[in-house]
Amino acid sequence: METFKYTRADSAAQAVQLAGQSQTAQQGAQVRFVAGGTTLLDLMKLNVERPATVVDINRLPLDKIEKLPDGGLKIGALIRNSDLAHDPTIQSHYAVLSQALLSGASPQLRNMGTTSGNLLQRTRCPYFRSTAFACNKREPGSGCSAIDGENRTLAILGTSQHCIATNPSDMNVALTALEATIHIQGTKGERDVSIQDFFLLPGSTPQKENVLEPGDLITYVTLPASRPGAKSVYLKLRDRASYEFALSSAAVVVEVADGHIRHARVALGGVGTKPWRSVEAEKALEGKTVDPRVFREVSEAALRDAKPQSQNGFKVELAKRCLTHALTLATKSA
Amino acid sequence: MATRVLAPNTIGGGLPRIDGPLKVSGGATYASDHHLPGMLYAVPVCATIAKGKITSLDTSAAEKMPGIQSIFHRANIGRLYRTSPAQGIYGYLDERRPPFEDDTIRYYGQYVAVVVADTFEQAQAAAYAVKVTYSGEKPNVATHLKTDDEPKVESSRGKPEDAFKTAAVKVDETYWTPPETHNPIELHSIVAVWDGQAFTLYESTQGVVNQRIVMAQMLGVAPENVRVISRFLGSGFGGKLFVWPHSVMAAAAARSLNSPVKLVISRSMMFQNVGHRPRTQQRVRLGTTADGKLVSLQQDYLNHTSILDEYEETCGEATAYLYSTPNLKITSGVVHLNVGTPTAMRGPGAVPGLFAIESAMDELAVKLKMDPIELRLKNEPEKDESNGLPFSSRHLTECFKVGAEKFGWSQRTPEVGSMKKNGLILGWGTASCAWIGGRFAASATVDLKSDGTARVSCGTQDIGTGTYTILAQVLSEKTGIALDKIEVVLGDSSLPEGPISGGSLVTSSVIPAVSQAAQGAIQMIFMTATDGDQAAFAGRKPTDLAFTNQRVHLKDKAPETGFAWHEILQKANVNAASGSGRADEYFGGPEAKEKERYSVHSYGAQFAEVTWQPEIARLRVSRVVTVIDSGRIMNPKPARNQIEGAVVMGVGMALLEETKYEPRSGAPINNNLADYMVATNADTPSIDVTFLDYPDKVVNEFGARGVGEIGLAGIAAAITSAVYHATGVRVRSLPARIEDLIGHSEAGKLRA
Repeated sequence: METFKYTRADSAAQAVQLAGQSQTAQQGAQVRFVAGGTTLLDLMKLNVERPATVVDINRLPLDKIEKLPDGGLKIGALIRNSDLAHDPTIQSHYAVLSQALLSGASPQLRNMGTTSGNLLQRTRCPYFRSTAFACNKREPGSGCSAIDGENRTLAILGTSQHCIATNPSDMNVALTALEATIHIQGTKGERDVSIQDFFLLPGSTPQKENVLEPGDLITYVTLPASRPGAKSVYLKLRDRASYEFALSSAAVVVEVADGHIRHARVALGGVGTKPWRSVEAEKALEGKTVDPRVFREVSEAALRDAKPQSQNGFKVELAKRCLTHALTLATKSA
Repeated sequence: MATRVLAPNTIGGGLPRIDGPLKVSGGATYASDHHLPGMLYAVPVCATIAKGKITSLDTSAAEKMPGIQSIFHRANIGRLYRTSPAQGIYGYLDERRPPFEDDTIRYYGQYVAVVVADTFEQAQAAAYAVKVTYSGEKPNVATHLKTDDEPKVESSRGKPEDAFKTAAVKVDETYWTPPETHNPIELHSIVAVWDGQAFTLYESTQGVVNQRIVMAQMLGVAPENVRVISRFLGSGFGGKLFVWPHSVMAAAAARSLNSPVKLVISRSMMFQNVGHRPRTQQRVRLGTTADGKLVSLQQDYLNHTSILDEYEETCGEATAYLYSTPNLKITSGVVHLNVGTPTAMRGPGAVPGLFAIESAMDELAVKLKMDPIELRLKNEPEKDESNGLPFSSRHLTECFKVGAEKFGWSQRTPEVGSMKKNGLILGWGTASCAWIGGRFAASATVDLKSDGTARVSCGTQDIGTGTYTILAQVLSEKTGIALDKIEVVLGDSSLPEGPISGGSLVTSSVIPAVSQAAQGAIQMIFMTATDGDQAAFAGRKPTDLAFTNQRVHLKDKAPETGFAWHEILQKANVNAASGSGRADEYFGGPEAKEKERYSVHSYGAQFAEVTWQPEIARLRVSRVVTVIDSGRIMNPKPARNQIEGAVVMGVGMALLEETKYEPRSGAPINNNLADYMVATNADTPSIDVTFLDYPDKVVNEFGARGVGEIGLAGIAAAITSAVYHATGVRVRSLPARIEDLIGHSEAGKLRA
């Protein structure tokens, strides 16, 4: 860890102004916001993140969950993951989000981690986390050590020849299936970005993980009104029973009427370079009967473009089983 | 099975640990809890290649950083020595090269410098700023072990090759266990103090006496000028048995700077600088008659070791005496790789060895269409066939019978995937386990004090297993003194020489020494009681006296007629009556004295149940029954704690743990507790532990053999046999992973 300046922002405007001095809001940012610190401090200790200034945003009034007039929900950026997971409305109307949050990390980490921090959670790729290795995400142009290296846990969807790092978040997968919107306050004012557009594919610029620009502060996340009759499920598969990132996960929101699927939203975790919305799966589900064989076909469609690496070929099959089973669970009582 | 109901404060009762309150209240002082005036902090700089040479080491930028006291490396650390060849268990270490001895890098993370600064943060920042260049070569971190060396014969009888050729039923398979990292939660740490002449070293060590001897040799000072203190340990699992280079660096830095130096290694260094269980590769050949009687058993194993050191993982440790077979051969070999030096990890040798042997036995049972327990009972030996000696105490058959009853084994249907419960497929597996028995040499002193309290001391240490409590129990048993009047002093090399906390042997080793010391102290009270005209029993001889219920009295009179022992001391104005005891090492076998030649081992039977959900490729261990024949159990609370902990570790061994060396760099790439997976609470099955509790009086007067390691032996084989029963997939290379179970085995391996 290197010496850094610590300041505390008293207002969102001040936070934006301080961070606006950074040359980038992506890897290598000179100014970083800190909320729960569960990712940032970890990476600073590893010398992977070396901000000159850390702006503490914990005192900003972004810690509320509010119901919106249109039936949706507004979730403050600083809501702790534990609080969000145990919120009664989240549990009753957005079960997939509560389940995803509770499947992640440990109670201690969930007590610290926040909505916006979780959105910006960094990859667990071992080469990104050690400065001894080449990594295009950490040091653009240095190369990708993972492609020919230890890549068992890495991505099979959305990869490029420059990066195969997985987005490790569980929450992001649920938010993707729920079609969340990210609200950002920046130096040029406020803007809304759909979660689908918020995360970027690595392409040739894996150091750019999302649309945030210098000064941008995530203020809250909104969810559209939950569909009456829809059921949602988060299923996470991993080697051990807790405290492990997903090898494969699926967030599904499904509405069944008369034995047919009327509406479906599908996102996959642990397999993509970003939280992976599968429009292919959603289309394949539309109007279909509730049948495990159909779900298996849908899963085949979702993984059609999968590109496994030397060690993670099993993830293709695992993701298919994961999605098939998540859909089975979500349509069980219907 | 012997059953006894005992008050918790006697031998065999369930006395809670006497050091428990200190630990749960934060009052126990661990090595890194020592804060001394003027103390400096050391942070090592680790090589980022695994093979090659240092071409330059530039400390100029780092030296200018705030708070830096010194940066030590090959050119300025001063002279550090190798140890002379070890005698027995003292003077031993696994990584013999002193830090910075040459400019050659032989494993990833090898120390190349150490930064000492006023604060830890300053030292850490400067460590990153030390610029090292290397001429690197591709390291050898092969996962498939090969050697051209002639195999070493570990044990041999009959003609195993010929018998195998003609055997009716055969198994010939190769098994792998991966490198495993100990990962106790307490990191290796030292606070080194130099007073101008002598060192005091607060260390996290499983062997204060050995640490003192080795450190003295490596630092080039007289042994009496090193004192090693290790009052409490946040566990070690074998990783802290011997000296590692960071201790030598910290002590050398303290001497050079004339200031106390603290060095706590990082979690990533735990994976490269302080030993590990090496990879093993074991070919096992079993041959039987058509009805399952073993006619040949061959085990040919290799393990990796570092470039400079010859660490042998003795996988054949339990093989030669476990089953009856007229023909047997065990061979070994080591393969030198660019990895750190391996070391003992809980149940070294027997644990990986029994994974292979017991897996092969299960495969044999499948081929024979025979119940795996029946196969083992059928091959139960009458005596130790490796040396012809009688067993001192062996009840493996009873372990299986009791375990089978508790587990419900008779309900097992042998067909793969044939058992179901609540929509899950069940798999049931079993395995034998065994571990060494015996004693290390040990000395102890007992002081019976005039204030009515007692003190027992020994230069061994409590690594979290309950040694403090056991010593108090032994002294209380021998004297009748209440436990709350007994002080136990351990973890200091200035105390009478005690054993390393290894081999699960501390309990058995200290019993005779403490017992003898207590007798000596009582004898001293008798002498005090008869010494001079004013003595309590003036005019009598010590041999006239007896000690009953803490009272000293004439042999021919009732205890009430005498005096409490401390009254005798008070009357004579003597502060304490002291006795010392010493017992030699004892491992039975042909080397023991004629009347003490026995095969001394502990045994057990492991039963595991797994659940399998193929639709989501989820495998979990749901239930374990373990029956242990480990002699008399001195205290079932910490003993059960040991076995339960070992079972949890076994779940990790079977399904999760593997240190992965990156093939290009040689770096242990999963060098943290998120990526190196151990079993979590959620992975912990229901565990049912039974102790048969048969005393083995050959070892000591109570018949206690020790229980730290045996619980980990056999468990991985029981689990993978259950995995086979549930899934039909035979996992011969640990850990058993999701990809193995869904038919993508090769894709998931990091092969070098």
